[in-house]
Amino acid sequence: MTGRGLFARPARLAAVAPYLWMVLFFLVPFGFVLKISLSQTAIAQPPYTPLFELTQGLSAIQTAFAKLSLENYRLLIADDLYVLSYLRSLVVAAVSTSILLLIGYPIAYGMARLKPPWRSLAMLLVIVPFWTSFLIRIYAWINILQHDGLLNQILLALHLVSVPVVWLSTDSAMYLGIVYSYLPFMILPLYATLAKMEPSLLEAANDLGAAPRQAFWLVTFPLSLPGVAAGVLLCFIPIVGEFVIPDLLAGSDQLMIGQTLWLEFFTNKDWPVASAAAVLLLLLLVLPLVLYDRLQRRQLERMG
Amino acid sequence: MKGPALNQLSRFNIGSLAFGLAFLYLPIVILVIYSFNASRLVTVWGGWSLRWYREFFNDDAMLDAAWMSVRVALASATLSTLLGTLAAVALSRGERFRGRVLFSGMLYAPLVMPEVITGLSLLLLFVAVNAERGFLTVTIAHTTLTLCFVAVVVQSRLGSLDRSLEEAAMDLGCDPVRAFIAVTLPLILPAIAAGWMLAFTLSLDDLVIASFTTGPGSSTLPIRIYSEVRLGVKPEINAICTLVIAAIAAVIVLASLVSKLSGARGESAAPL
Repeated sequence: MTGRGLFARPARLAAVAPYLWMVLFFLVPFGFVLKISLSQTAIAQPPYTPLFELTQGLSAIQTAFAKLSLENYRLLIADDLYVLSYLRSLVVAAVSTSILLLIGYPIAYGMARLKPPWRSLAMLLVIVPFWTSFLIRIYAWINILQHDGLLNQILLALHLVSVPVVWLSTDSAMYLGIVYSYLPFMILPLYATLAKMEPSLLEAANDLGAAPRQAFWLVTFPLSLPGVAAGVLLCFIPIVGEFVIPDLLAGSDQLMIGQTLWLEFFTNKDWPVASAAAVLLLLLLVLPLVLYDRLQRRQLERMG
Repeated sequence: MKGPALNQLSRFNIGSLAFGLAFLYLPIVILVIYSFNASRLVTVWGGWSLRWYREFFNDDAMLDAAWMSVRVALASATLSTLLGTLAAVALSRGERFRGRVLFSGMLYAPLVMPEVITGLSLLLLFVAVNAERGFLTVTIAHTTLTLCFVAVVVQSRLGSLDRSLEEAAMDLGCDPVRAFIAVTLPLILPAIAAGWMLAFTLSLDDLVIASFTTGPGSSTLPIRIYSEVRLGVKPEINAICTLVIAAIAAVIVLASLVSKLSGARGESAAPL
């Protein structure tokens, strides 16, 4: 038996504890979401009528299956409020991911062209905000964007505007907040692929007569597409379910699905509808999640 | 012939770098400066002062929340580092095993899963088993979220490691477990440390999952900050945020020191 094979058996045993943990606290809870999304709302504590109790045995489960109601789902699909908030989530995620790519690519490209010591410094500088609190970074923008905040003071002092502009509770503030918060998620995968690129490829393109701009579009950009895909998925998926940023920075006339779910759960105490909204949100994300999973696994396999 | 512009930074490169860094850092710098503002009006500069820091240290509710957050972050980061490292070892050294696809799927999904879903589903579990919500439930929730980040960081380090070292140790008579402890573990220690610190800061930062999984009377710091921010900007919040930033900066400095001292050459153990 090779050393590698010998090593594998205890390594497989290492999977037991985290495996059980993830099944218990990640997989099983989804079962509960599914179950409660199919049960009925009740004014009680907890606020739903349970479908069945496991203690009542098999026959209870069978009658429960006959009672399964898709009522909550029907409500979600029929009600404009929910359909609109799903659509809004997708639009917001698509628009912000495009802006992130447009801003993030030049920054990552600039980083990749730095000399090695500067590269790691730039990398550190991009990562540090990622470690700083999400909430604090949004709060920092509220400071700047509020009615008598710094931005309006500067604009007034420069006589660019005559009355303070309303920035908070607008879509532009929300997009600003999202782009600001997710920028490191876009830059890092882009930088990782751009930094690995062979400079000799560009030299070859140059030798063959390509202008720098042409070489970029013919060589650099196509080769960086895996990084683009990783960055886009890494931003798009969580933005669809984003709650904090739209809640604090956008107006309340149009809600994203994360906000609707929160509202149903905490304000309306309608757990079944909130669960159904979560299930539909998950279905919406299945395709990007599968793509992301495949990409992630391929990358790790290449490293291993 | 070599093109003149190939290895040089263009003005565009420098411009986009400068813009990017200014965009990332200016809001935080402004926040920190305003936390030392003496004026009650957040936007009027009234001279330097530590007034809002004093206010925070006299605010018992806020201090309780901060203490709760720190305890949860310490406990969940430690637990998730343990579990995440085990998961990383299994994935990168376990070759093929039954349920591997499900395992890695479960590990990567929470990285991008919207927090509202993770939070809601964990809460429904806790309600179903009648668990009292508070320190324990938030710690479990944060462990579930952060162990995935630890696993990714440690796994990427294990992937870049030269496996012939482990094999040599076993050829020299170590059993696999001893080979792992004597050879592999010291080499991945910087990544494990980085994973712990990443888990710690993520837990300290989390608002959504904690809101779902905590009970009345045991708010974490982000929950308190969030409810204050919804009521408007308060100078005291500036001071608290500055303290949190300082704490995180200290953790980062510590992280880079640890990885320097342990002689980690080559790749840095950066998150993601």
